[in-house]
Amino acid sequence: MATFGTLSDRLTSTFSALRTKGKLSPADVDGTVREIRRALLDADVALPVVKDFTAAVRERALGDEVNKALNPAQQVVQIVNDELVGILGGEQRRLQFAKTPPTVIMLAGLQGAGKTTLAGKLAKWLKADGHTPILVAADLQRPNAVQQLQVVGEQAGVAVYAPEPGNGVGDPVKVAKNAIKHARDKQHDVVIVDTAGRLGVDAELMKQAANIRKAVDPDEVLFVIDAMIGQDAVSTAKAFQEGVDFTGVVLSKLDGDARGGAALSVASITGRPIMFASTGEGLDDFEPFHPDRMASRILDLGDILTLIEQAQKSFDEEDAKRTAEKFATDSFTLEDFLAQMQQLKSMGSLKGMLGMLPGARGMKDQLENFDEGELTRTEAIIQSMTPKERQLPKLLNGSRRLRIARGSGTTVTEVNALVNRFEQAAKMMKTMAKGGMPQMPGMGPMPGMGGGGGAATARKAAAKKKGKGKSRSGNPAKRAAEEAARAQGLGSGAGAGASGSSFGLGGGAPAGDKQPTAEELEALQKFLGR
Amino acid sequence: MAESAGGWRLGGAMRGLFTRPTIDEGTWDDLETALIGADFGPDVTDEILDQLQEQVNRFRTTDPADLKRMLREALEERLAAFDPTLTLSDRPAVVLVVGVNGVGKTTTIGKFAQFLTSRGRSVVVGAADTFRAAAVDQLATWAERAGADVVRPQQQGQDPASVAYQTVDHATRTGTDIAIIDTAGRLQTKSGLMDELAKVRRVVEKLGPIAEVLLVLDGTTGQNGVAQAEAFIEHAGVTGLVVTKLDGSAKGGFVLRVQQQTGIPIKLIGQGEGIGDLTGFTPHVFAASLVP
Repeated sequence: MATFGTLSDRLTSTFSALRTKGKLSPADVDGTVREIRRALLDADVALPVVKDFTAAVRERALGDEVNKALNPAQQVVQIVNDELVGILGGEQRRLQFAKTPPTVIMLAGLQGAGKTTLAGKLAKWLKADGHTPILVAADLQRPNAVQQLQVVGEQAGVAVYAPEPGNGVGDPVKVAKNAIKHARDKQHDVVIVDTAGRLGVDAELMKQAANIRKAVDPDEVLFVIDAMIGQDAVSTAKAFQEGVDFTGVVLSKLDGDARGGAALSVASITGRPIMFASTGEGLDDFEPFHPDRMASRILDLGDILTLIEQAQKSFDEEDAKRTAEKFATDSFTLEDFLAQMQQLKSMGSLKGMLGMLPGARGMKDQLENFDEGELTRTEAIIQSMTPKERQLPKLLNGSRRLRIARGSGTTVTEVNALVNRFEQAAKMMKTMAKGGMPQMPGMGPMPGMGGGGGAATARKAAAKKKGKGKSRSGNPAKRAAEEAARAQGLGSGAGAGASGSSFGLGGGAPAGDKQPTAEELEALQKFLGR
Repeated sequence: MAESAGGWRLGGAMRGLFTRPTIDEGTWDDLETALIGADFGPDVTDEILDQLQEQVNRFRTTDPADLKRMLREALEERLAAFDPTLTLSDRPAVVLVVGVNGVGKTTTIGKFAQFLTSRGRSVVVGAADTFRAAAVDQLATWAERAGADVVRPQQQGQDPASVAYQTVDHATRTGTDIAIIDTAGRLQTKSGLMDELAKVRRVVEKLGPIAEVLLVLDGTTGQNGVAQAEAFIEHAGVTGLVVTKLDGSAKGGFVLRVQQQTGIPIKLIGQGEGIGDLTGFTPHVFAASLVP
C-alpha cells in the first residue's frame, strides 16, 4: 500500500494549507511546486520531464489566472491536472487502418513488458469489432514464446501464423514478411506481429526489429511498456524510437498500484500518444487509454471513474432493486447479506477500491488496518448456518451459535457480533429504504465522505458507533464490527441508491472539491442514483 | 557482459560530474540528477546527498575524485547492510520463486538451476505456474538446458499448491538436493492471487521448512518495487531479492530502497538471457559498477 506514501500525504497537506490562503505568494508556490516535484518523482516520472513540468506549473501558478481566481489553491491543482492531461496527449487517438488490407500492427518492447499477452488482447478486441485478425509469432527468442502465442490465439479465437518452432530457431524477419502474404491469401484484414523482447542497449536486436519493420511496413508500431517501469523509461523509449520508431504506446500492467509516471515520461519525451492500457491478465482486460484518469492517478487524486466502472461491472441493477425492496419490506435475510457480501468481494480487493477514492490517502491508517479476511470469516459464519437460521436469525440460541462458531472456525463472540451487526444494518436499511435519513452509526467511516478531513470525521464516527450499539462486545469484535460496517457502507450504497435516496451525494459531493470534474460527478450520481 | 555492453552504470551525468575541476553547486545538481535517474527515489537520493555534503564539509575537500570515492563507499555501505548469502543447507532445500508478471521468474529459475547443477548439486524444478500460457514448456526448456529434472502439472490449470507439493515430494523421494518452485506472476494488488501464494507456502511447509523464498524484481522497475516487496513479504515470507534485467540501461537503484525499507537482502543478480548470466550479489561489485 505504498501508493498512499508519505509524499502524496504531504502533497495533500500542502494543498490544504494553500486552501486557507486568499492570495499566493511566490514562496507558497515554490513550496507547492517542490512537493509536486517529489510526488512526480515518487510516481517514477522521469527527472527531465519533472523539471520542465514544474517550471511550467510554477509560471502559470504565479500568473494572473491564479490570483484572480476565487480559490487560488484549487486553481493550482487545476493547472497541475491540465498540464498532466496535456502532456499525456489530450484526447485519445484511434488505430489507423490501412486503405488496402491487411493492416499491419507490430508490437515491440522490453522483455516481460507483456507483448504476447497484449497481442491476444488486441486480437480479441479487434475481432469483437468485426475484424479478422491473425497473430504472427515473430518472437523466436524466448523459450516457448511461440507456444504461448498459439495458446493466447486459441483463447482469443483468432488464427496464429507460426511457421517456425522458435527457441532460437528461424528468422523473424522472414516470418513477418511471409505472414503478410499469408494474411492476404487467407483474407485476414489485420496482422499483429509479436516480436521478441529486447533491451534498448542491444544494438543487434534493435537492428533486427528495424528490419522486421522494414520488411512488413506496418501501419502501426505499438511500443508496449510496463506501467511499473522507473526512470529507465526515458532511455528505453528513446532507444526504441530511434531503433524502430513506434507510432503509439500501450501501457501494460496498469492494474497494479504503480502510479505509472512512465506514461508521462514516454508521452512527453517521444511525443507519441498512449493509445491503450492493459489492465489485467484476462484477455478482456484491455481498454483505450484515458489521459485524464491517468493524470489523477499520477497525482494520487483518486480514480473515481475506474471505480464506478468496476462497480458497474459487478453490480446487477436488478439485484440492487430486489435488495432495496427487501429492505423496505423487512424481508432482508442473512442469505441476502451473504449474497451482497459476495458481490462486494467479486469487485476485487476492497483496499484497492477504497484507494481509488479521492481523499483516500487521508484514511491511510484505516485502510492499513482493513482486514480483507474479515469478509471471508463472515461468509464462513453465515455458510455454517442452516437455511432456516439464515431466514430467521431469531432462531439462533446459545447452542446453535456454538455449533456455528465451531463449524466456521470462529468464536461465539464473533457469531454474536455478526448477528448484532446484521440486525442493526437491517433496521437502518429499512428506515433508509423508506426514504428517511436515519442516524447512521455505521455510515460514518464511509470513504470519501469527509474529503480532506475524512480521517478525523471517520474516526470520530467510528468511535461513536462503538459506544452506541456494541457496548457489550469484546475488543476484537468491536474492530470487526467497525470494519464490516465500512464494508457494508460500500455495499449498501448501491442498494440504497437504487431506491432513490439522496445517499449517493454523501460519497460524491466532497469528491468535487478535490478533483473530479462535473462530468465525473454526474456519472457518479447517475450510477448511485439510477 | 554488462560491462562490455557499457550499461548498468550511473551514466553520462556521472562521468561529466567527476571531471569538473572542483565541487560546486552544479556538481550537486548533477549528482542528484544521476541518483534520481538511477531510480534510487527522492528519499534515498536526499539521504545520500545530505551524507555526502556533510562529509565534503567535514573533510573540506573540493576534489570531485574524493566525492566519487565517498559516493561509492556510501552506496557500498548501504548495500552491504544485510547478509546476501543463500541458505540452502536443508535436504531437500526448497526454493520458492515469486514476483509480479514479466520480471523474469522462469528465466531466473533456469539460470539458477544451471548455477546449482554446475556446482554439482542435483536440482528439480516444479512448474507451479499453471496459469500463463506455455509457462510450463518455457520452464521445461530451461530445465533441460540446465540439466535439471522437471515436475509438470498433470492437467491444465492444476492447483499450483499441489504441483509445488509434488515437486518437494519428488525431491525427497529421489534424494534431489534442491527443489525450485516456479509460481505464476501476480500483481501485488490482486489479493486473491496473493492468498494463493500463501497457500502454496503453507502446503509446501507440510513437508518441511522452505529454505528460501526469492522475490524477483525487474531492474527497470521504479518506486513501485517497494510496494511489490512489501506485499510479497507479507504473503509469501520473502527471504531474499533477485534483481533481473540489469544488462539494459536500467540501474535498479530502487532495490537499495527496497532493501533498506524491508530489511530483506539482495541475493542474486541477473544480467542477460544467457544461461550463465546470473551471479551472487556482492555489494562491492554492485557499487563499483554503479560508480565506476
